[in-house]
Amino acid sequence: MMNASELLLDVRQLRVAYGKVEALTGIDLRVPKGQIVTVIGPNGAGKTTLLSAIMGILPSKGEVHFDGRLQPVPEVEKLVGQGLGLVPEKRELFATMSVQDNLELGAFLRYRRGDRHLATTLAEVYSLFPRLFERRHQQAGTLSGGERQMLAIGRALMGKPQLLMLDEPSLGLAPLITREIFRIITDLRRQGVSILLVEQNARAALKVADYAYVLEGGAVAMEGPAAQLADDQRVIEAYLGLASKHQELLAS
Amino acid sequence: MNFQIAVLLGQDGVTNGAIYALLALSILLVFTVTRILLIPQGEFVTFGALTMAAIQSGKPTALGWLLLALVLIDCALDLRQMWKTGKQAGAMNYGEIKWSAIKIGYTAMLLVLLHSLTLADIPMLAQALLTLALVVPFGPILYRLFFQPIASAHSLVLLIVSIALHVAMVGIGLLLFGPEGARTAPFSDSGFRLGPVMLKSQTLWVILVSIALIVMLFIAFERTLYGKALRATAVNRMGARLMGISPVFAGKVTFAMATFIGALSGILIAPITTLYFDSGFIISLKGFVGAIIGGLASYPIAAIGAVAVGMVEAFSMFWASNYKEIIVFTLIIPFLLWRSLTSRHVEEEE
Ligand SMILES: Nc1ncnc2c1ncn2[C@@H]1O[C@H](COP(=O)(O)OP(=O)(O)OP(=O)(O)O)[C@@H](O)[C@H]1O
Ligand SMILES: [Mg+2]
Repeated sequence: MMNASELLLDVRQLRVAYGKVEALTGIDLRVPKGQIVTVIGPNGAGKTTLLSAIMGILPSKGEVHFDGRLQPVPEVEKLVGQGLGLVPEKRELFATMSVQDNLELGAFLRYRRGDRHLATTLAEVYSLFPRLFERRHQQAGTLSGGERQMLAIGRALMGKPQLLMLDEPSLGLAPLITREIFRIITDLRRQGVSILLVEQNARAALKVADYAYVLEGGAVAMEGPAAQLADDQRVIEAYLGLASKHQELLAS
Repeated sequence: MNFQIAVLLGQDGVTNGAIYALLALSILLVFTVTRILLIPQGEFVTFGALTMAAIQSGKPTALGWLLLALVLIDCALDLRQMWKTGKQAGAMNYGEIKWSAIKIGYTAMLLVLLHSLTLADIPMLAQALLTLALVVPFGPILYRLFFQPIASAHSLVLLIVSIALHVAMVGIGLLLFGPEGARTAPFSDSGFRLGPVMLKSQTLWVILVSIALIVMLFIAFERTLYGKALRATAVNRMGARLMGISPVFAGKVTFAMATFIGALSGILIAPITTLYFDSGFIISLKGFVGAIIGGLASYPIAAIGAVAVGMVEAFSMFWASNYKEIIVFTLIIPFLLWRSLTSRHVEEEE
């Protein structure tokens, strides 16, 4: 199903250890061009660790191929330059700087390479998130949780990434905004951006994704086309069924 | 004290204050971006002043050879790094070679200039530019050699290295420039009259250049993307890395700015004060007092504090000249007290 030539990200036998504790024990993961791949799993499974290791924030063992190139030691700045973007779980916004400054800094590497079309991208991001435009002079640290999420995604988009890695973009968001975020994710795929999506909201993630991995205890427990996994009995029990049972309980 | 004396003292105070303000801003800038307390800031001042003096007396300084030596070490390290990562990746990235060639070429060109020109006869502006061209590269290179490998170390380690570098640079200053003090010719000889007192034209130079530099820094940090990138590194290092702003890049740029500010300050005050190889520390310490008054966080308050330090220094010279330094440094105590009493525990931005 996946042709090797159109693979954007190819991770082989990735291992990460915090001291003596192994957080990832040999992960194989692939993201083809133009697709949404999701990684779901319980808390502490190692999802955030996985994204950090791919990005080069954490030291790791194994191979990371991005855009056909092997990254001997993944280096954050280099990977960003090659078109890899990460919206981390902690967002890492520039709290004391304005929304607009945050967005402009998202395009720093493009600017450094002489690309002066930042205004167009800025306008695109603002049309995607009109709320950010209203708040463009406000300090990023004073934004609401949802607005910060939007800013983090918008800032990553300013770099025009080929592959955008999102760590729980719906974390702490109202259902309406969550739906909006997922709509934007599908929009991005249409524009040719590939996406690696880490989510707690497994139902929504499996709905938008093309392919899915289930991560448990630092290893891939299951993988397959997203639609197929959404029908899988184990996944329904562990990640979808419980949620709906939980919601039924809440409703009653 | 009459009006005339007050004006004269004020003149001294503002001149020194302007220099302290520049140094305070520089120390603050380096600290917020890299977490390094730049103790050798003052050495950049003396290196600037003494190099300028050497050039004016027609001697090509040995500083050029020191620069060449450091550049060669720097290039060797970079090339070794390139070789190592290249072997792992199975493909070499030859960009480093081009950079090394540029760096070595630049240094060689400076050396040729130093030894072929009749240094004493070229215009003063050219002498100043040559001095800056010689001293400023030390900033990024020193960062590369001594701080880049330990950039993520504890602040205390950074401070220790910073102090060691200061001590080493004072020693090297003695070796290069000798124990004699030096003074340079003023930029222009004319004085001018303000009411009953003569003002030295160098005073005006110092104040104008300082203000111009501060305005330029302000514009750079508020308006340009590069300036914002440095601020971003100070605000959130991880966030900046994710935007492709490398801490190495930020560190080298801030060190270059710090050396530029230091060397320029040295060139500015060299005609007014006699500087020795070890005069830098006490000068930058006063800038540091200004930075502390600004809480190592606020640029405008640090600048104002530094000017106040200059004023206090000038007037205490008149009333109690023996206690001049003590008075200046005791200034810190009320501010520290006030800070510790008023500061609340600010919750860490996650
Ligand atoms: N810096 C660290 N030092 C030691 N252990 C860590 C560190 N960071 C994470 N861990 C551990 O590694 C495991 C994986 O953490 P990770 O943050 O990747 O989980 P996650 O899948 O993202 O979870 P969540 O869904 O809650 O965000 C956890 O058991 C966590 O406690
Ligand atoms: Mg996580």
